[in-house]
Amino acid sequence: MQRDRLVATPERDVAPQYTMEQIVAVNPYNPDILPDLEAYVHEQVNHQTYSLDTNLCLLRLYQFEPSRMNIQIVARILVKALMALPAPDFNLCMFLIPEKLQMEEPFLTLITLAHFLETARFRDFWDEAERNRQILEVVPGFEQAIQRFALHVLSLSYQRLPRLVLAEAINMEGLSLDKFLEHQVVNNGWSVEKAPGGGQIIGLPANEHNYPELKKNIADSIPLEHVSKLFPVLT
Amino acid sequence: MAYESSSYGGGYDDSYEERPELRYGRDAEQQEPDYDTNFVPDAVQSFVVYLYRYIREKNVYEILQMYELNFQKLSERMFKQSPWPAAEAIAPYVDNDHVFCLLYRELWFRHVYARLTPTITQRMDSWDNYCSLFQIILHGNVNMQLPNQWLWDMIDEFIYQFQSFCQYRAKLKTKTEQELALLREYADVWNVYGVLNYLQALIEKSNIIQILEDDKDGGTNFTAQNGYDFQGGGSNVLKVLGYFSIVGLLRVHCLLGDYYCGLKCLLPIDIHQPGVYSNVVGCQITTVYYYVFANLMLRRYVEAIKACNQILLIIHKTKQDHQASSQFQQILKKNEQLYALLAICLSLCPQGKLVDETVNSQLREKQGEKMLRMQRNDEAVFDELFSFACPKFITPSPPNYDELVNYNQDAYRLQLKLFLSEVRQQQLLSSIRSYLKLYSAIPISKLASFMDVDEPTLRLYEDGSSYL
Repeated sequence: MQRDRLVATPERDVAPQYTMEQIVAVNPYNPDILPDLEAYVHEQVNHQTYSLDTNLCLLRLYQFEPSRMNIQIVARILVKALMALPAPDFNLCMFLIPEKLQMEEPFLTLITLAHFLETARFRDFWDEAERNRQILEVVPGFEQAIQRFALHVLSLSYQRLPRLVLAEAINMEGLSLDKFLEHQVVNNGWSVEKAPGGGQIIGLPANEHNYPELKKNIADSIPLEHVSKLFPVLT
Repeated sequence: MAYESSSYGGGYDDSYEERPELRYGRDAEQQEPDYDTNFVPDAVQSFVVYLYRYIREKNVYEILQMYELNFQKLSERMFKQSPWPAAEAIAPYVDNDHVFCLLYRELWFRHVYARLTPTITQRMDSWDNYCSLFQIILHGNVNMQLPNQWLWDMIDEFIYQFQSFCQYRAKLKTKTEQELALLREYADVWNVYGVLNYLQALIEKSNIIQILEDDKDGGTNFTAQNGYDFQGGGSNVLKVLGYFSIVGLLRVHCLLGDYYCGLKCLLPIDIHQPGVYSNVVGCQITTVYYYVFANLMLRRYVEAIKACNQILLIIHKTKQDHQASSQFQQILKKNEQLYALLAICLSLCPQGKLVDETVNSQLREKQGEKMLRMQRNDEAVFDELFSFACPKFITPSPPNYDELVNYNQDAYRLQLKLFLSEVRQQQLLSSIRSYLKLYSAIPISKLASFMDVDEPTLRLYEDGSSYL
């Protein structure tokens, strides 16, 4: 029985002028690029950039060689994925992480945080995030990214909402919230009114989600072909 | 034809492989087999001589007859419980042609997987054979036209044996010392890097992605000629293997839980158009099945429903054409799995208008009662249907050979768990959608009174529902 060492991957020098994305597109099933992918995660964290494809490639390589898995890096990938909401990136990553690992920290916390965000439980999210600052503050821009996501969710559901709801969702109050509201009123078409019982009501700009009549594609309409078939019957 | 060891779908009923009368298959190293693989019956001699001639003549039609019909007939008649004669035994009848022997051996191993239980040595030898075969094809030393059916079956079987090996390797409880030693020593055999890189190499070397691109504006006529190459004695083997490897990558990625990348790999093939893939029934069904499953896991329910509907209609219309084929059982099984997936998708995302009446009535017949229970949030039904319809997920890395437990269900359990948590999350938010459809603007207080919850809770549900 002949057993040749299978040279599964062609020898290739990782030339500096190729981006990680290009390398992953061309030669993804290559154990040699693992250190580069890990370095690239650090780069994404430090430069506040993001690359789903390369991160998934790294998680895949960890799946192929679990002994080389680096928990810190996986955690950073997951935090970056949370910051990409509403994109489903966090779930994509979860499919590739072994079940045993998901039952340990920091993954348990990250899963809880993801669940809160996906079910729009923002109050619970910010509370839990506060209790676990150490996991999150290693990734600059995390707070802003989640605030952006929270605003996105609110804009889908509300035409008008109480200040308190907004404050809870984006974890802002007092003077910083005032400043933020001012900025939104001036630049993004928001409105702020006094509520009858005190407090403020924020008005959000119209879009096809919070004003259904703006929805261009009305899926429930009847196509012309179906209607025209009725005409002979009608005449 | 790839053989599924469990008759109840992916229900992970692996006991079929453990049944006592087949146990001897694994010990074949120590025991004398009661067949002589060096004896070549006349019928086999005739078979290989003609097949060899037709291949040299590039007579694709005759090759297909021999491959599809004669091989099955002979297997049924003479080799129901035993392997075909060894390649070494038939080699003298075919000029000891190296490539023919590799092709013959590929059929030989496929037969063992289908009718017997492969020993560990056979599993490893089959891997060697694929390596040799693919390497020759990749180096461009093959000048043949083979039927697309055969080329598809090759890729299909290659991945099936990889999946089977991963399952086999992860069941350590019943392994002998000898088996463990072999597994430890030959870690490259059926190594996930190897499998993926061969598929990738076939795609790259054949340049199939560029060819499909050029096809769109008539630059090449790959699709028009169904992959065959009639220009001056051409060969379709590398190109078509590259093409089917695209589907191969989709499948392997799904088995690893990497649905996003799987779908990305499939992009060069447009499943909403006919193509080379739709001319091989097993390929079309497999492609759309994995496409549907990947979209389901990515929560793209509408896309999954549309594709499911499309393929179920096709199966319905063409089923009877394949009754005599060796693929028929496999087609029926996939049909049932697709109905289960459709039932799941529609329960999570009611979109009745996307489903054809023919498909709908079959669906109600097969899954009507289960769908009612899923609509009432019966998680056990989601579990049952998912487990029946899902692919046989694999753990790509070798297990810890010192811990003699069975790991083969780990990958499946993870995907099931993630699926069920998604189901729970969907149900939390689905009831609100029906109310929100009725009103363009509704005060929270009114909605809260309809749903009998307090306002703050309702706000949460509403936000979550709109976001989804």
